[in-house]
Amino acid sequence: MATAISVSGLVKSFGRTRALDGLDLDVARGEVHGFLGPNGAGKTTTLRILLGLLRAQAGTVGVLGGDPWRDAAELHRRIAYVPGDVTLWPNLTGGEIIDLLGRLRGRADAGRRAALVERFELDPTKKARAYSTGNRQKVALIAALASDAELLLLDEPTLGMDPLMESTFRDCLAEERRAGRTVLLSSHILAEVEAVCDRVTIIRAGRTVETGTLSDLRHLTRTSVKAELVIPIDLAGLPGVHDLRAEGTTVSLQIDAAHLDDLLKQFAAAGVRSLSSHPPTLEELFLRHYGERR
Amino acid sequence: MNATLQLVRLALRRDRLLLPAWILTFVVMAAGSAAATVPLFPTESSRILAANGMNAMPSLVALYGKIYDPTSVGALAIIKMGGLGAALVAVFAIVVMVRHTRADEQAGRLELVGATPVGRHAPLAAAVLVALGANVVLAVLTASGLIAAGLPVEGSIVFGLAWASVGLAFSGIAAVVSQLTRSARAAVGLSSMVLGVVYVLRAIADAAQPEWLTWLSPIGWGQQFRPYAGNRWWVLLITVGFAAAAAALAHALAVRRDLGAGLLADREGPATAAPSLRSPLALAWRLQRGPLLAWAASFLLLGLVFGNISSTVGEFFDAQGARELITALGGTSRLTDAFLSFELSMTGVIASVYGVQAAMRLRGEENELLLAAPVGRARYALSHLTIAVLGCALLMALMGLGAGIAHGAQIGDPGQTWRLLGAALVQLPAAWVLVGITTVVFGAAPRVLAGVWAVLLAFVLLGELGPLLKLDPWVMDLSPFAHTPKLPGAAMEVAPPVVLTGIALMAVLAGVTAFRRRDLG
Repeated sequence: MATAISVSGLVKSFGRTRALDGLDLDVARGEVHGFLGPNGAGKTTTLRILLGLLRAQAGTVGVLGGDPWRDAAELHRRIAYVPGDVTLWPNLTGGEIIDLLGRLRGRADAGRRAALVERFELDPTKKARAYSTGNRQKVALIAALASDAELLLLDEPTLGMDPLMESTFRDCLAEERRAGRTVLLSSHILAEVEAVCDRVTIIRAGRTVETGTLSDLRHLTRTSVKAELVIPIDLAGLPGVHDLRAEGTTVSLQIDAAHLDDLLKQFAAAGVRSLSSHPPTLEELFLRHYGERR
Repeated sequence: MNATLQLVRLALRRDRLLLPAWILTFVVMAAGSAAATVPLFPTESSRILAANGMNAMPSLVALYGKIYDPTSVGALAIIKMGGLGAALVAVFAIVVMVRHTRADEQAGRLELVGATPVGRHAPLAAAVLVALGANVVLAVLTASGLIAAGLPVEGSIVFGLAWASVGLAFSGIAAVVSQLTRSARAAVGLSSMVLGVVYVLRAIADAAQPEWLTWLSPIGWGQQFRPYAGNRWWVLLITVGFAAAAAALAHALAVRRDLGAGLLADREGPATAAPSLRSPLALAWRLQRGPLLAWAASFLLLGLVFGNISSTVGEFFDAQGARELITALGGTSRLTDAFLSFELSMTGVIASVYGVQAAMRLRGEENELLLAAPVGRARYALSHLTIAVLGCALLMALMGLGAGIAHGAQIGDPGQTWRLLGAALVQLPAAWVLVGITTVVFGAAPRVLAGVWAVLLAFVLLGELGPLLKLDPWVMDLSPFAHTPKLPGAAMEVAPPVVLTGIALMAVLAGVTAFRRRDLG
C-alpha cells in the first residue's frame, strides 16, 4: 500500500517544552487512521506540522509525497483540515464560510455541500459569532467533507457535538473510506476511534508508544473473564492471571492472551455454568499506556 | 465584594504594563508641553497677544478650545492638552473599559469567571474600579507633573481633575455601550463615535453658538473646569454624577441580559456567499470594508471642514499679529497654506493610525482554517496589506479632495482641488512606512505587535516635543513624518517621498519574508 503520511523522528520544541520528541507515524493511502493520546500529548502539534503551519525541527515528514513546509500551498489543494479549536470570522455566516473555503480549494461541489448542511442540521444563515462550539466545528467539518481532498486531517472533530451528530459523523467517515479517501483522526475519545478506524497510533508525551491495527494492539493485552463454575478452584498460581477475584464459585479476572488456553483448560476441568469475556476496550489500552508510569 | 477585588487584581495583573505605560505617556505629554511653553511667553503682554490671537481664530478654537484667561500662562500652556489631549484620555478610557468588559465576554473569559461563585455584578464592578483607579492616578501624576513644570498648584490640580473627569465619563459611556454591542470591536467603534460627536458639539459651542451646547459634551465639561483661569471645582459634581449614573445604567443592563448577548441583536445573514467572496483579498475586504467606509466618511467630512475654515485663518492672523505661533507649527509661507499644511500633516498621522490597525488585522485573522487552505502565506499577508496601503491612500485622497473643493469654492479657484489633493497624497509615504514597520513586527515578532503603537506614539512625540526640547536633528529625523514636504506652501521635494516609499516597500517585503519562515500561532 502506498503511504499518505510518513513521519519519523519528528521533534518540535516550544521554548523549553518539548512537544514532540521523536514521533513516528505512518498512514497508508485509503485507510482511516486513529491518532490517540491524552491532552497535551502532541496530537495538534503533529497535525499542524503535517499542514506546514509549524516547521519541524528534526526528523522527516512526508505528506502525499511532498514536504509539507516547502510545498504547503500546493499540498493544501489535496488536504482538508478541521482544527480542534475552530475559529471562524464572527461577522460571516456559516454558509458564507463554507463557500469561501470551498472556493479557495478550487472545486466546490454545491450538491455535496447542500446534502451535508442538511445531514448535520446546520443553520447556514447564522452569523458565526452566534454558533456554539459544536456548530463551529460542523462548519469546518462540512467544508472539509464537501471538498474532494485526498487526505482529511481531523483534530478531535466531534468535541462539542451531541451523540446524534456524532453518529452522523461516523456514517460520513465510513463513506469517505469507501470513496477511498485517507483520514487521520485525532481523538482522545476511544469509542470513536474504535468504531471507525482501521489502524491506530497511540502517542504519549510526544512519542509514539504503540501503532498497529486494533487486533494487533489487543494481542498485547489482557482479556477480561467472568465465570460461574460448578466447583470452586484456586487460580492464584496460574501464570498470566491478574486482578483475580473469587467468591465461592464465581470468579472474575484478567488473563494475558498467551495464557488464555491454560485458563480454559482449568475451567473445563471445574465445569462451567456461565462464562463471559470481552476484549480490552481502548480505555483499558489507554490505562495501560498512561496509567502505569504515572 | 471579595470576588470583585479578586477580579480587580486579575485586571491589574493583565494590565501591569499597559496602564502604567499609558498613564506615563499622558503625564509626559502634559508636563513636557507645559515645560516647553512656559519659557516662550515670559511677559504678560506676550501671553495676551498669543491668547487673543488664538481665541480670534475659529479654526483653532474649534480644534482646541478657548483660552479663558489671556493673562494666564497655565491656560496657554495646556490649551492643546485640554482639547485634543482630553480626547486621547477618552480613547484610553474606552479601550480599558471595553477590554475588561465586552472583550473578556466575547473571548469567553467572562464565562469562566461567571461559572465561579462570583456575583453577576462583579465583572463590571471590577472594570469600573480599575477605570476609577487609573483615572485617579492619572489626575494625581498629571497635576504633579504640571506643578513640577512650573505651573500654579491649584490650576494644576484642577487640570488633573479635568482629565480624570473626561476619562471617567468615557469609562461610563464605554461601560454602557459594552452592554449593548456583541463584539468588542463594535463597542470601541460605537464609543469612539460618541467621542467624535461630543467633540464636534463642543467645537460648535466654542467656535460658534450657542455656548450652552458645550454642557452636553463630556469633553466640554473637561474644558469648563477652566484650569488656571478661574478653577471651577464644582464641575466635578457634574462629571462624577454623570459617571456614576452611567455606571449604574450599565449595571442595570448587565444584570438583566444573558451572558454573551447584546441588546442590539444579530440579524440573519445569507446562506451562501456572494460570488465575489473567493479569495483572501475578497475576505480581507469583506472584514475591513465597514470600518474603512466609516473612516473614509470622517476624512471627507474633516477635509471639507478644514477647507472651509482655512481661508478665514489669514485675516485673523494678520490682525492679531500672532504670526509666529502658527508658522512655528508648520508652514513657512502664507498663513492659509500654513494652516492647511499643518492640518494635512496631522491627518497624515491619523491616516497612519488607520494603516497600522488595518495591517494589524493580519495577526488577528491569522486563522488556521484559512492558512490550511491552498492559500500561500505571501498571498494571505498581501491581502490585508493591500487594504492597509490602499485604505491610507483613499483616506488622504478624500481629505485632499474635501479640503480642495471647499477651499476652492471659498476663494473661487477650482484649481485648489488638485493642489490640495497633491498636498494630501504627499503625506502617504510616511503612513506607509508605519504599515511597513507593522508588517516587519508581524512577520518577525508577532507577540510584540502592539509595540508598533509605541513606535507611532514616539514618532508623534518627536515631532511635537522635539523642537521644544531642542533634541538633536538626527533624533527627530528618525520619524518618517519629519521628512514629509510641508505642502501646500513649501517647495515640493521629490526625494523624501520616494525614499520613504522605498523604505516602506522594503519593510513590507522583509516582513512578508519573515512571516513565510515562522511558525503560525
